[in-house]
Amino acid sequence: MTTARGHRLTAAVVALATAVALTACGARTGEEPAGAGTRADVSEDTVKVGLLNSLSGTMAISEVTVRDALLLAIEEINADGGVLGRRVEPISEDGASDWPTFAEKSEKLIVSDGVAAVFGCWTSASRKAVLPVFEQHDSLLFYPVQYEGLEQSPNIFYTGATTNQQIVPALDYLREEGAGSLYLVGSDYVFPRTANKIIRAWAEAHDVEILGEDYAPLGSTEFATIANKVESSGADAVFNTLNGDSNVAFFKEYTSAGLDADTMPVVSVSIAEEEVGSIGARYLEGQLTSWNYYQTTEGEANERFVAAYRAKYGEDKPTSDPMEAAYTSVHLWKAMVEKAGSFDTADVRAAADGITLDAPEGPVTVDGETQHLHKTSRIGRIGADGVITEVWSSDGPIAPDPYLTGYDWAEGLS
Amino acid sequence: MTVILNQTFTGVGIGAVLLLIALGLSLTFGQMGVINMAHGEFIMAGAYTAYLLQTVIGGAGVSLLVSLPIAFAVAGAMGALLEWLLIRRLYARPLDTLLATWGVSLLLQQAARDLFGAPNVQVSAPDWLTGHIVLVGGDHPLTLAHSRLFILLLAVIAVVALAAGLRMTATGRRIRAVVQHRELAEASGIPTGRVDRTTFLIGSGLAGVAGVALTLVGPIGPTMGTNIIIDAFLVIVVGGIGRLRGAVIAALVLGVLQAVLEYSTTVSVAKVTVLVAIVAFLRWRPQGMYTLRTRSLV
Repeated sequence: MTTARGHRLTAAVVALATAVALTACGARTGEEPAGAGTRADVSEDTVKVGLLNSLSGTMAISEVTVRDALLLAIEEINADGGVLGRRVEPISEDGASDWPTFAEKSEKLIVSDGVAAVFGCWTSASRKAVLPVFEQHDSLLFYPVQYEGLEQSPNIFYTGATTNQQIVPALDYLREEGAGSLYLVGSDYVFPRTANKIIRAWAEAHDVEILGEDYAPLGSTEFATIANKVESSGADAVFNTLNGDSNVAFFKEYTSAGLDADTMPVVSVSIAEEEVGSIGARYLEGQLTSWNYYQTTEGEANERFVAAYRAKYGEDKPTSDPMEAAYTSVHLWKAMVEKAGSFDTADVRAAADGITLDAPEGPVTVDGETQHLHKTSRIGRIGADGVITEVWSSDGPIAPDPYLTGYDWAEGLS
Repeated sequence: MTVILNQTFTGVGIGAVLLLIALGLSLTFGQMGVINMAHGEFIMAGAYTAYLLQTVIGGAGVSLLVSLPIAFAVAGAMGALLEWLLIRRLYARPLDTLLATWGVSLLLQQAARDLFGAPNVQVSAPDWLTGHIVLVGGDHPLTLAHSRLFILLLAVIAVVALAAGLRMTATGRRIRAVVQHRELAEASGIPTGRVDRTTFLIGSGLAGVAGVALTLVGPIGPTMGTNIIIDAFLVIVVGGIGRLRGAVIAALVLGVLQAVLEYSTTVSVAKVTVLVAIVAFLRWRPQGMYTLRTRSLV
């Protein structure tokens, strides 16, 4: 009976898989073979843009807020007369925390919907998955999240931090505070692995000891062993590149192991205001973060942003670095398009260099060559109330250096 | 030495979580043979019950204890409803049950997303459950987290109550009779339909209790069930379908194995190694650790 059931089970799974595969094929037939330079569908009074974020799955916790910030920026632009006299019409797609889905949806946005640009993606894995699609169609992606650097596509504008604007300043800060040894914990995918490679190169040059390096699969929620390993390593600090849900389990276990910000501080590069809320401030009190923006960042532009966001989504809703970078990216796109006088990818790209905006995080400038932004680096401390306050910031915006060419120790990384 | 001991304790802690999430499944899958893919979502329902009660009641300690029975009732009711609406019509078609309950699990996930939002919610643990006890002090202390200890205690209570219930109460006797020989039980006047529903109610209710326990160690979100359900099925298959004793031992063995391997290698390698070990074990003993002798001929 067991065997018969087993065979039938296998048959059912195969049938299901075949059906799914056939549906996928069916969706593709009938489309025109897309060539390079697919033109955006711009009418007399509207222009479409794509929003590509995970609205479900393990990354939804973070990416939904990015989508909300993008919608706010589009609403503001439309209230202000649109872009080149056209109303911006957002088309939102769910990447579902699944990288092939991201590629499929970006193809849909570019080819079927004819969007002028796409805003979104969070994990590097999803960005890497959609990159060939954007290059093939010569379309534009505005990517709003800090990432591991070592990339420079003519079809992507990187409005989050690259490593020399986030990870390197955080490492320098830890060393200044006296940390002589580090433990590295990350999710098992491209960002943490590359980030840790950079951290190792930095550590070797600066005489800082790396006492361990551990990865957990994305979405993993069992961290008892890693917490034990971190605890027994006796490191001065932990560098945390975990993403999504795993942070919740990690910090609960970290607290259970008797560790806290005093005994062994954790500096995180993927925990912003939104994540603090769902992990619980009590597990995070005193821990450090490295970003370019906090809800508490001073400045008139940020006061306006926070007020507008709260008015639209609720008084208790926090704003975070990726949300700010996403919000800023739409305004930057508008500035680029208006300077170019056109929605065409080539024209927008040519017009991008030197565009400066007084963003909520402070002044940002587009670097035309790398298509990254000049950004100010900020280290923050998480308070008992969940609010992150700045404890250190760089002297003005740092020029983007995605390949770390300006750092001797980084030779041989790329 | 302390490392091995420490990891064994950690493994027992992981095993306790595994046991608690698999316990309900050992009834519905193990005893009744229903592959309920929505079991993970009943766990999720339990976790959200704990979240709701904490927002209503406030105090972390009181709300945690209150949510245990209420989560049992909520998840149990959902399970009984599912059994009455769907599963009882599909007893003769196990594969259709698999697909139908998978559909239900997707519906429940989306419902949770619509009700509570896609981001995770947060349940704070009471003060007496944060921190850890030190079993052996020194440079490499041997510790066990309070939350794991609580889950272990909960798992032990649940196992003992379930075992005693199956053995000593009239309902338990009926459940066992139906499992061992449905037709004969029916011929003896046992209302098998009602017994099925009761079994499903208890199994799903235990999932709710597991959900409350999980709020202490992991994230609470719409997709939490899918991450858990595979592990739960593994425990049941390794332990031997239909055997409570098998589930207990399998959960502890898998937990300790996972913890020890994680320490000496990485999380991913440990997961792969555990899966390979399970495949090899099932090759050797396809029926799992313990088998249930029934009087049925198939």
